[in-house]
Amino acid sequence: MADLDQFRLEVRQWLEDNCPASQRLPITREEQVWAGKNKQFPSDDAKLWFERMRDKGWTVPEWPSELGGGGLDERQAKVLKEEMKALGCRTPLFDLGIWMLGPAVLEFGNDEQKQEHIPKIARGDVRWCQGYSEPGAGSDLASLQTRAEDMGDHFLVNGSKIWTTNADKADWIFCLVRTDPDAKKQEGISFLLIDMDDPGVTTTPIELISGESEFCQTFFDNVKVPKANLIGELNKGWSVAKALLKHERKLMSEIGGDTPGPSFGPVQAALEYVGTDGNGKLKDAALRDQLVRHEMAYRAIGLTHFRTFEERMSGQADSNVPLIMKYVGTEEGKRKEELLLALLGHQALGWDGDGFNEDEKLTTRGWLFSKALSIAGGTSEVQLNIIAKRVLGLPQQ
Amino acid sequence: MALVLNEEQRLLKDTAKDFLSENMPVEALRTLRDSDDPTGYSQQQWQQMCELGWASIVLPEEYDGLDFGFMGLGAIIEESGRTLAASPLLSTVVLGASAILLGGNEEQKSSLLPKVASGELTLALALEEGHHHAPLDTAMAAEAHDGGFRLNGNKSFVVDGHSADKLVVVARTSGTAGSADGLSLFLVDGDANGLTRQRRKMVDSRGAAALSFDNVDVSADALIGELGQAWPVLEAVLDRGRVCLAAEMLGGALECFERTVEYLKERDQFGVKIGSFQALQHRASLMYIELELAKSVLFDAFSAIDDKRADLPQLASLAKARMNDVFELVTNEAVQMHGGIGVTDELEIGFFLKRSRVATQLLGHSGFHRDRYASLCGY
Repeated sequence: MADLDQFRLEVRQWLEDNCPASQRLPITREEQVWAGKNKQFPSDDAKLWFERMRDKGWTVPEWPSELGGGGLDERQAKVLKEEMKALGCRTPLFDLGIWMLGPAVLEFGNDEQKQEHIPKIARGDVRWCQGYSEPGAGSDLASLQTRAEDMGDHFLVNGSKIWTTNADKADWIFCLVRTDPDAKKQEGISFLLIDMDDPGVTTTPIELISGESEFCQTFFDNVKVPKANLIGELNKGWSVAKALLKHERKLMSEIGGDTPGPSFGPVQAALEYVGTDGNGKLKDAALRDQLVRHEMAYRAIGLTHFRTFEERMSGQADSNVPLIMKYVGTEEGKRKEELLLALLGHQALGWDGDGFNEDEKLTTRGWLFSKALSIAGGTSEVQLNIIAKRVLGLPQQ
Repeated sequence: MALVLNEEQRLLKDTAKDFLSENMPVEALRTLRDSDDPTGYSQQQWQQMCELGWASIVLPEEYDGLDFGFMGLGAIIEESGRTLAASPLLSTVVLGASAILLGGNEEQKSSLLPKVASGELTLALALEEGHHHAPLDTAMAAEAHDGGFRLNGNKSFVVDGHSADKLVVVARTSGTAGSADGLSLFLVDGDANGLTRQRRKMVDSRGAAALSFDNVDVSADALIGELGQAWPVLEAVLDRGRVCLAAEMLGGALECFERTVEYLKERDQFGVKIGSFQALQHRASLMYIELELAKSVLFDAFSAIDDKRADLPQLASLAKARMNDVFELVTNEAVQMHGGIGVTDELEIGFFLKRSRVATQLLGHSGFHRDRYASLCGY
């Protein structure tokens, strides 16, 4: 524990010395630094902060240092996260490679694949996107049809992937493809990495109810993919996919994080837009009850995050508890957006133009965007199915 | 913050589980009910619990306690909730002893607490006067009289109030109902002149009494703490009680839930196990989620007591409000998912349903605690 306290002091000192003041302010969507061949920096400070963190390996604190990571253990990484949060330090680099693909390559990839991909992700040289769902394969992901035919020295890929977030900006895509059409659903699937610049790959954005177009559809038309891009064994991609989905769900269950939203939380919004009476109570009793229910739920969820961490650390891990976090995080996240909408009243109903400030417009758009949270990464209904089957052991039909 | 049990606490929990399932299963509560037991719990079993150290577990060593902390007591109480074990743990060890420990002078502590630890003395907190938990609304009067105090008024819903050796009575020595100033705590003998105690038959078959004070005189040394300044002590006592009661409710809810899931795996209808129906699976999963969140809240609430944290009031309200809601959900679903047999007296699920609603009203319903939490958070 003393070592960890010492480490905390060192981290705090380093962050204070190295994180520019401008990089300690709340981040907007435009200010996020995403990985990629043509990285854009919103400011010199953002570039400086990114480079310092990259050189320290702290864009990916828990990855091995010989592959460009920080080499920290889980406790140290948590300390770094806490200290960054305490100082308000921005996340220096955003990428699906960091959150999802990297951990899967580290677990399932061979040495050449680790050497090839991990350092590039750590340095932010490549932007990754995900190719899982298809127009005919959503919750029933294993029914996916995109074909990868074995042509001897390469695979020939045909088909399309949907909800490929930011595919129009990505350099590479990690995909689930069918390599054995005759096998049972889950058993004929492989995990393949594809260069978006390869001939035959095209992408079109999809406009959402929030007005954004982060999600895309990506088409593959006779795309040649080298055999070296297969991660894990042939036809064993489903286990890679499941491990990776766990990372996605963990990510989606984490409250707050760096998701750009209004600069106020529900309590602040309530005080500002509803106001209090002479006793300091929110003027609207129904809204006050809605607010306190949400705040109490968030506290319970936050404590459960801590509990799963402590259980892991003390070797009493109940592997079932993390299964609930995607559901509770996204469902309560949606309730928070509904609450903000109710608290702001008319001011959360603007779409564009005058009469609504930036925070108000972000509230409106954030509310609409939040509807995707309980669909992406496994719908809430699928999460409840998983709990019923894996945790409660209820019989399947 | 500790959100897991340590080795010693886990051992204690296992011991409690073994003792309770062997000696005080739900069937024991049924027997107490059907035999019209005047006390509402078995005195013999209470002595056994005291021999196991449960009455002394949170008391300091100087008063013959084990100084083991509330996290450990909470583990025991959670297990007692699983079998609906009737005992004066809450009334005596948590509420009564805390009032003396937190508010009393050295003389009161050294004369009374060792007796609590040994099981010689039972206590009850006489607080409520209206239809809902409302400590500030206390109106019962205590007036200076003959060098001591004279108490007049009525108390209701006093847990174990009919059987306790001594009562800790919340009364008003100044101010008006609704005000935190002017509340005082008094120790009153259970057989004091002018005190009438009537046991009320409650739906959960546990003990609760209505008390009537008609010129009950106590001496000056019956006062616990400062005259008119009892509010902070009372709040701390109540918060300990709320957290411990929430732990009992968690145990009851977990037991009820697990029995229901087992039933879903056994019961055949339409040629299949009813647990294979998605309509029931999702409802079961939702209960599991609520229970897991509740466990985390309870752990932190017990840490807040043991670490003397300033945010204990928030955690106590968070824990009590959540367990009120979750126990209601789980008991209602348990009855519904058991179908017809769920509404029979033969099935033990009904005992959990009944205990749930009594425990909800005890020390504050959910609305009370949400209002309190919001106020504590500045809105």
